[in-house]
Amino acid sequence: MTVAFDEMTNADGSVRAAYTALARWLSNVPPDVLDHRRKEAEFIFRKIGITFAVYGDSDAQERLIPFDIIPRVLTGGEWSRLSKGLEQRTKALNLYIKDVYSKREILRAGIVPEDLVYQNPVFRPEMNGQKVPHDLYVHIAGIDVVRIDSETFYVLEDNARTPSGVSYMLENREIMMRLFPELFAENRVAPVENYADELLATLKSLAPTTATSDPVVVVLTPGIFNSAYYEHSFLADKLGVELVEGRDLFIKNDIVYMRTTEGPKRVDVIYRRLDDDFIDPLAFRPDSVLGVPGLMSAYHAGNVTLTNAVGTGVADDKAVYSYMPEIVRFYLGEEPILKNVPTWRCREADHLKYVLDNLHELVVKEVHGSGGYGMLIGPRADKAQIELFRAKLKQDPTNFIAQPTLALSTCPTFVEEGIAPRHVDLRPFVLTGSDRVRIVPGGLTRVALQAGSLVVNSSQGGGTKDTWVLEEN
Amino acid sequence: MLSRTADNLYWLARYMERADCLARLLDVTQRLAQLPVAYGGSTNEWRSALLTAGCADQFKQLHGDDATEQNVINFLAFAPENPSSIRNCFEIARTNARSVRTALTIEMWETINSSWLELKRYSTKDMTREELARFLSFVKETSLRFDGAAYRTMLRNDAFWFSRVGMYVERADNTARILDVKYHVLLPDSEHIGGPLDYFQWSSILRSVSALTSFHWVYRESVKPWLVADLLILNAQMPRSLTSCYQNISRYLDDIAAYYGRQGTAQRLARSTFTRLSNSRMDDVFQTGLHEYIETFVSENNRLGATVTEQYLL
Repeated sequence: MTVAFDEMTNADGSVRAAYTALARWLSNVPPDVLDHRRKEAEFIFRKIGITFAVYGDSDAQERLIPFDIIPRVLTGGEWSRLSKGLEQRTKALNLYIKDVYSKREILRAGIVPEDLVYQNPVFRPEMNGQKVPHDLYVHIAGIDVVRIDSETFYVLEDNARTPSGVSYMLENREIMMRLFPELFAENRVAPVENYADELLATLKSLAPTTATSDPVVVVLTPGIFNSAYYEHSFLADKLGVELVEGRDLFIKNDIVYMRTTEGPKRVDVIYRRLDDDFIDPLAFRPDSVLGVPGLMSAYHAGNVTLTNAVGTGVADDKAVYSYMPEIVRFYLGEEPILKNVPTWRCREADHLKYVLDNLHELVVKEVHGSGGYGMLIGPRADKAQIELFRAKLKQDPTNFIAQPTLALSTCPTFVEEGIAPRHVDLRPFVLTGSDRVRIVPGGLTRVALQAGSLVVNSSQGGGTKDTWVLEEN
Repeated sequence: MLSRTADNLYWLARYMERADCLARLLDVTQRLAQLPVAYGGSTNEWRSALLTAGCADQFKQLHGDDATEQNVINFLAFAPENPSSIRNCFEIARTNARSVRTALTIEMWETINSSWLELKRYSTKDMTREELARFLSFVKETSLRFDGAAYRTMLRNDAFWFSRVGMYVERADNTARILDVKYHVLLPDSEHIGGPLDYFQWSSILRSVSALTSFHWVYRESVKPWLVADLLILNAQMPRSLTSCYQNISRYLDDIAAYYGRQGTAQRLARSTFTRLSNSRMDDVFQTGLHEYIETFVSENNRLGATVTEQYLL
């Protein structure tokens, strides 16, 4: 593998401009002070209860996501390019989903193969021909981005369903400001605290046109046993809206109400953090006790906005991902500002052949996989693992894509042996309202804490960092 | 607000208060049990603690008749099988708090969460008396901090009022029960009412609800059963007294009614109980029999709880 691009230090040892103040500070601060602050941060996180649950790990019921106290820094110029690309990409995602559930021009034009839509398990025939408020589907998107050199950002993944992590973005900043106020005095860091205001404005702008001028917004959570429950309650709190569970809502005459101490109250916008499958036992999984019977019917009647819309999964699996550049060109007539990672679709015979011949140097992912599970990292795998994937690939090629192993950029990170470079990615959150697109500068930086590791997922031992976008003078 | 949120707040406050009461009950029981044997006779304070807490039947299923100090402490403080053990109170309180985090202030949440984390540090088996004492004062301090956090930081709206109603309904129940301890701890035949043991028992009860000093301030005489009962039942200045609890319950239920613009059964029930308490005299109470008076009160208080639930929390 090539040497990864480090975001702080150039190959010749000089410090990149964005990190000037930070590097100076890092070289002056004694390691035991850093260690002390790190412990303090962990103590605060635990006390606040910012925990998450790991599925399949019964004995660690509530774990902390490790927080790295060294921030990751982007310049204003880098960010402005990035955010333009994110906006463009989210626009295209919205147009694509709308098209898929209405005219299907992109299928007729032969740009995206039909089976990718119709045989996609998260394609929702229930949405065919249905109008959604303001024709928008993906109101809150988490677009995962990686960097490979000073110029190039790749989109790694589009999350168009219920992307999580924004609470960490906000809490990380909060903690950094508490622990290192002196750093913020030396760097002009663009604020992220307005995220909740931006989100609320976005959600309100999405209310059905029949709603009152001050629509009622709620956050719908599966409940306290969900791994992201902390984030749900955090967001409801910051938004100043009710955090509801399915049982708090009911439908009467296709209108959604919540049960309150003063009787039923009408609900206009539901920011749901519950998968399609569970939102309405009458429409989807009949065994779901988390949802609201009749919700889809109220949705179809146009009496409530669900964010994100139902059926957005059809745009964010890894097979559709490989078509995103074409999707951007098709709907917007523009060149994509953000690149895709070169991707081989194993569904195509020549691609499959290439992949099978080069398994040892590729990353192979399941089309519907997430969280870093079920993937092969060729250069790190042993023979048995490679052969296992070879068999899987031959058996069901459409279920896989492959990508080159990227040299993800690294950032200085505080680990056991001191300050060392670790690989990072970035998840900015893109809010699409009926009025405009809003993106707070930065996003959530995830970091792979193991030396050399490329897996940043929190469920697999990744950590997070505060992400700074420096304001230009 | 969401009915479920109100329900969670109400029960959160009740469980925090209940944990406090159990700690006080264990405290007083230990005091009573530590009397010299010459005084003690054949009474069993530990069994009486179970009766007071209202969980003698559940205890029996687990330990039979073996109401030893160690068994009872474990059962009331830690047993997972006892739904109202102090540990379970904290567990339930935290679960409730997690589900209504948006309705809590940061200070309230941090109190609950850090106590819940600290609770894990106390071992359950074979605590020494000092360890137990440390544990009990930890529980009482938690409850004080929670109460203080709620009082100092919550907005004065329905969230605050529902949690206060929960706290006072529970506190009224607990005061009544603690007062009833004396009924269950019988005086041995060799002792007489008003004798030194009797005196010691009554003052232990006062001490357990932090009311011994108040007693002296209010009555300026030695501890007598009817004065203790007067203080804990009728005296409106005493923040744990039944009258005071109902004054507060009435007030907060009225706040809720005014806020929502609608009165209901809960308001009427609370007001009538308050009126009856205000019009009671100690002579009448002792005429009916203190134990019977308390039993009636406890069931009335339960009825109010059920009515609040029906009216607002479902």
